[in-house]
Amino acid sequence: MSWDWNVVDDFMPRFWDGVLVTLQALAIGTLIAFALGLVWALAQRSAQAWVRWPVVAVTEFIRNTPLLVQLFFLFYVVPNFGPSMSPLTTGIVGLGLHYSTYTAEVYRAGIDGVPAGQWEAATALSLSKGRTWRAVILPQAIRRVVPPLGNYVVAMLKDSPMIATIGAFDMLGEAQAFSNETFTTEALTVVGVAFIVIAYPASLLIRALERRLVR
Amino acid sequence: MSADTNPAENTELLANPPVDGSELIRFDKVTKRFGDNTVLDRLDFSVDSGKHVTLIGPSGSGKTTILRLLMTLTEPDEGTIRVGGDYLTHEERNGKLVRAGEKHVREVRKNIGMVFQQFNLFPNMKVLRNITEAPVTVLGLSKDEAEQRARDLLELVGLTEHIDKYPTQLSGGQQQRVAIARALAMRPQVLLLDEVTSALDPELVVGVLDVLRDIARTTDITMLCVTHEMSFARDISDQVLMFDSGRVIESGPPEKIFSEPEQERTREFLSAVL
Repeated sequence: MSWDWNVVDDFMPRFWDGVLVTLQALAIGTLIAFALGLVWALAQRSAQAWVRWPVVAVTEFIRNTPLLVQLFFLFYVVPNFGPSMSPLTTGIVGLGLHYSTYTAEVYRAGIDGVPAGQWEAATALSLSKGRTWRAVILPQAIRRVVPPLGNYVVAMLKDSPMIATIGAFDMLGEAQAFSNETFTTEALTVVGVAFIVIAYPASLLIRALERRLVR
Repeated sequence: MSADTNPAENTELLANPPVDGSELIRFDKVTKRFGDNTVLDRLDFSVDSGKHVTLIGPSGSGKTTILRLLMTLTEPDEGTIRVGGDYLTHEERNGKLVRAGEKHVREVRKNIGMVFQQFNLFPNMKVLRNITEAPVTVLGLSKDEAEQRARDLLELVGLTEHIDKYPTQLSGGQQQRVAIARALAMRPQVLLLDEVTSALDPELVVGVLDVLRDIARTTDITMLCVTHEMSFARDISDQVLMFDSGRVIESGPPEKIFSEPEQERTREFLSAVL
């Protein structure tokens, strides 16, 4: 087996298609996971049991079932009685939803980590509930959760090839299809390198953020 | 930036409570339990406006719980608390006394400020915003008004040059002085001081106590103070309440309590801490 640059050249157009899908899935999936996770975390602290319990049940369920099953469910089952979405959209929603149940735990720990004295000081100053959350609790919680949240971004990148199973061809999906058609392996190597090229700077960025925030 | 402040100015700067000596705080048969432990046992006591009252007694005798009840950080199991004639945790509806709603509690609570043992400054805000946050968002002051008030108070506590720092950049004593300024910025009628020097290194205690002495001397604010600094208590207090097992066992002016206490328990306690 020898390395053939011509194969790499042939793969390039499809590679870039795949990179675009991977990056879209990662970027929008991350936004969904970060935003929805905060919603879950706040809902789990609600004084109303009818808000708290359904959210706890749903997030526990999602966290404890495989992403692959959830993707199949969203793509093959949900359209029977709900909206039908493109493979890419389904994949992004699936990734975002799945990881939101993990980020929810991160936010929860971050919020619990804010000392009781901060709540008491806010009460002593008669700050409203909303103001206490926005001005006092969340800014301090966010500072604590950035490093672990960043780790989930990298984990999500590594899980993103799963969306190829429902037809959203990310870079690995493209490489696998290309390799099967041409009986070559170069494309897989290229994609392996591409994962490092995306993930490693992301890890460095997270570490830099961590150093800045945890003073 | 001068250390010596003009008393007349301070009175204007701080709260303007009624100084008619009328009753400002009243506890009626207040009971507070934590599990099986009864911390306060049908406690009755009152504080007149403008008075400086120090609560002393062994730890676990319920002193801090009284401050926390007044600040609504915890609720009484039985009994009622009134501040300026209004019920703190209850409100009257159709002539019946019911648990107060959030809105009512907030309204009554605005008259009360508290300084904590652990300062509890907001670490994500600079000194200035620590002080202006509540006056702007709770009292509705304009940003300029609130900042002017903050600057005046920082001058009072001698920290003008630290206005743009974060709390973590300050010493414990400086943080506590900011916390005092933050509480005063709400112009409360009552200031609660919960062992405000207990977490400080010994050499930083003096600065904080001097600021409080200054405020006590030059303003009409009502103070409720839990402290182990007996000389400070003797200096600023109009009245000292000796607690034991959730009850007031002796009260009176500091000269009397510290020099010739009537109760054996008080004598024991004082000889242990003095």
